Amino acid sequence: MLERLPELVNGDPVLVRRGRFLSTRFLVGVGETEYLVDIREGRIERVERGPFVMPSWRFALRGSAEAWRKFWQAVPPPGHHDLFALSKRGLLAIEGDLHPLMANLLYLKDVLAAPRRLGARS
Amino acid sequence: MAAAIDPIVGRYVHMTLGGRAHRIYFEEAGQGIPLVCLHTAGADGRQFRHLMVDRAVTDHYRVLTFDMPWHGKSTPPDGWERGEYRLTTAAYTEMIRAFCTALELEKPVVLGCSIGGRIVLNLAIAHAREFRALIGLEAADFQTPWYDLDWLHRPDVNGGEVCAGLVSGLLAPQSPAVARWETLWMYMQGGPGVFKGDLHFYRVDGDLRGKVGTIDTKACPLYLLTGEYDYSCSPEDTQRTAAQIPGAEVVVMNELGHFPMSENPEQFRRYILPVLERIRAQS
Repeated sequence: MLERLPELVNGDPVLVRRGRFLSTRFLVGVGETEYLVDIREGRIERVERGPFVMPSWRFALRGSAEAWRKFWQAVPPPGHHDLFALSKRGLLAIEGDLHPLMANLLYLKDVLAAPRRLGARS
Repeated sequence: MAAAIDPIVGRYVHMTLGGRAHRIYFEEAGQGIPLVCLHTAGADGRQFRHLMVDRAVTDHYRVLTFDMPWHGKSTPPDGWERGEYRLTTAAYTEMIRAFCTALELEKPVVLGCSIGGRIVLNLAIAHAREFRALIGLEAADFQTPWYDLDWLHRPDVNGGEVCAGLVSGLLAPQSPAVARWETLWMYMQGGPGVFKGDLHFYRVDGDLRGKVGTIDTKACPLYLLTGEYDYSCSPEDTQRTAAQIPGAEVVVMNELGHFPMSENPEQFRRYILPVLERIRAQS
């Protein structure tokens, strides 16, 4: 799913524009698998799949593969439809320097939800 | 062709609240049983604009909504710049009762959403006999906090955008894009620290755990409607609250979240119209 982020985000000029003030690197943990996502001025520059040796990142979002699978369904079920819905239920850990996340929340929520557009039903 | 004009009229009423002069903006539409609608934290009465142009409602109800002090077109009191805004249970209760008195509303129905739903529970606890019926949307006696309020008001994060970003996940994914973004726009327009000040009531001062059991639904019927996608006030939170109140009615609304009246007005009316019909039948 996350490997598809560059095409999903960079092909969406509205989303790229919303993130135009953001350049950062963050980590997404999907179960045991880690991904580093590099953003430059709202575009996804690179998504790299781990394992990593000494990765640097500003913030990290770590959840189980099952939590992300439900989150990325085309219509996610209640409780799996938002990053904070997951974290409130203990299904997602949000760590690190949260300033870039909070200052660009509407952008980053839609970046992370972009795989829903791939249309998984369940 | 004449331009389309909504049958909503807006005016200002002067009231003294907490010993300070306030000029409160309110809107109304329709005729019949007074129905006072309370907006969510950090927003304003525009959230009810669809309900206020729905003939199935306004043929039978005089629908009123006021912008709380500091919200919408109600300016903060003189000297606001010298203090921090913090909503309390006492101040919130006082403003609702003062508004009903100022407008000379006889036994109104009060419908409140989110913090408005919480304060409706307090009205049921303390002032039930003043009201014909009470409706809490996304209401519970308490909810577990799910983010750090300090993000809402600081100079290095855009306040409007972070408020909208936080609440954006409380809408159901089925809600139409136009209504979703209009709902978020209202959050982007809140004054600095106002959403945060409202949540002081929600998280700290307005904890009603252990108090709702005294509610007498024979004195005033209580309806609690919660959207299935609301994780701030989840259906479980509402059901836990209602389990302590004999006679309270709970409806879990499918494909709706924390802002049913503004995020998906068509879906919401399927749930609210039967409640309003029942209140009318009992009047």
